[in-house]
Amino acid sequence: MSIHAEELKKQFPILQQEINGHPLVYLDSAASSQKPMVVIEALKHYYEWDNANVHRGVHTLGSRATDAYENAREKVARFIGAARREEIIFTRGTTTSLNLVASSYGAANVGEGDEIVITPMEHHSNLIPWQQLALKKKAVLKYIPLQPDGHIDLADAEKTITPKTKIVATAYVSNVLGVVNPIKELAAIAHRNGAVMVVDGAQSTPHMKVDVQELDVDFYAFSGHKMCAPTGIGVLYGKKQLLEAMEPIEYGGEMIDDVGLYESSWKELPWKFEGGTPIISGAVGLAAAIDFLEGIGLEEIHRHEAKLATYAMNRLSEIEGLTLYGPREREVGLITFNLLDIHPHDVATVLDASGIAIRAGHHCCQPLMRWLEASATARASLYLYNTEQDIDRLAEALIQTKEYFG
Amino acid sequence: MQLDDLYRRVIMDHYKNPRNRGKFEEGALTVDLNNPTCGDRISLQLIVEGDVVKDARFTGEGCSISMSSASMMTEAVKGRTIEDAMELAGRFSRLMMGETVEFDDYEDLEALSGVRKFPARIKCATLAWNALKKGIQAEI
Repeated sequence: MSIHAEELKKQFPILQQEINGHPLVYLDSAASSQKPMVVIEALKHYYEWDNANVHRGVHTLGSRATDAYENAREKVARFIGAARREEIIFTRGTTTSLNLVASSYGAANVGEGDEIVITPMEHHSNLIPWQQLALKKKAVLKYIPLQPDGHIDLADAEKTITPKTKIVATAYVSNVLGVVNPIKELAAIAHRNGAVMVVDGAQSTPHMKVDVQELDVDFYAFSGHKMCAPTGIGVLYGKKQLLEAMEPIEYGGEMIDDVGLYESSWKELPWKFEGGTPIISGAVGLAAAIDFLEGIGLEEIHRHEAKLATYAMNRLSEIEGLTLYGPREREVGLITFNLLDIHPHDVATVLDASGIAIRAGHHCCQPLMRWLEASATARASLYLYNTEQDIDRLAEALIQTKEYFG
Repeated sequence: MQLDDLYRRVIMDHYKNPRNRGKFEEGALTVDLNNPTCGDRISLQLIVEGDVVKDARFTGEGCSISMSSASMMTEAVKGRTIEDAMELAGRFSRLMMGETVEFDDYEDLEALSGVRKFPARIKCATLAWNALKKGIQAEI
């Protein structure tokens, strides 16, 4: 079975509009994906029928909201192959999840002279928390170098990760280069050296089947809004024994067991990390998004995007003066480029005039931009609702952009 | 959307043939400013003697709007008193906020009024001017 993207597109109300007189072509899903009707309806239903605070009231709505929230956790656990539901912590997004690991696990386990290993391709949200932790703890931040096409060589990883390494953190999929990192192999190297493996799953979870146990990662972070769910909901997966030993970083309601005047104790997992009223509607929306994605099939989505990415790489490489970044072969739908010396903002503005939405800028990857020797780049990112026709429109508009600035 | 409102001939001319692009050997006040959301950078240099901006140069990286605005700003500000330069910067801010203002003293600036139809690009046009204000404030 293959995806009928044209049919799927019809399930996304926002994609039915015209922008500047042209049918919208949305090629910025790596920044945030659009939402299908079933997700919007799930949010509407929640607020029209079930809304209340969770884990508190004894009334019917309180029970319904609690069930909806905890069922969403169960669904996420199954979706990423976690062994237990209590290994799923709801957060605000990937950034919050990664900061939680750095602030709690990192603060307790990284000391002076210890090493934290990352790569130059990391998004700022998987770079700054480690950089700041290293500065605070006088630890050493090390980078696994990138190959000329942006890949990581495992031999380099072997050299960079040592018995002094406490944390290895990297993205599963680079949000700029479209590279898929060998997470399972990196995790094995990390474990052999006594380090934990932290994965930024923001660009992988929406697009491919992920199994955290199969990968044997210790922490895995992702955001709902890049996978058809609302903004404001994200997930941190962590192995139970690690999470149990970690201190909460936010104190307040919901996360306590017993509060005294001078000391308090915490609830069991996962709630000790979920201080305050959680993002209940977000979790409900995330559950609906998971149902939607699984209804299509993650393998199908991956295959569709890989095929479309290859089509896009071929189409765009025909345009004279267009520079494509990252490896020539693509298995994920992230395509980063520059057109002659036209600034990507100007490219994005001209494309927007044709109803085509792309991202322009540094993509929250300033160190990687320096490595690419580009101050900024343009990026087209694909999802299940994109078609070959969308790519054709992009290619035609890029040729027009060239003429306009020529 | 009318792209030609944004990319007027005057703007493209300043972008492709920037005025005052470069660095002074010495004696200049330097202001570095960047736009963290998009990565545009400008390094503005001013030579201030007494209360007069004698000369101005810039280097930087950015889109056609930010670089043409920098080119125009340095051209417009040269030879003005600090007070005059600040008044011009204020007038440019009011233009960006949607007011109707005149630039009889440097007509090229009127070309940037089209930027107002593209809200996402206003910060591109104002980068060089913010550097100017920062530089003058440091001087006085």
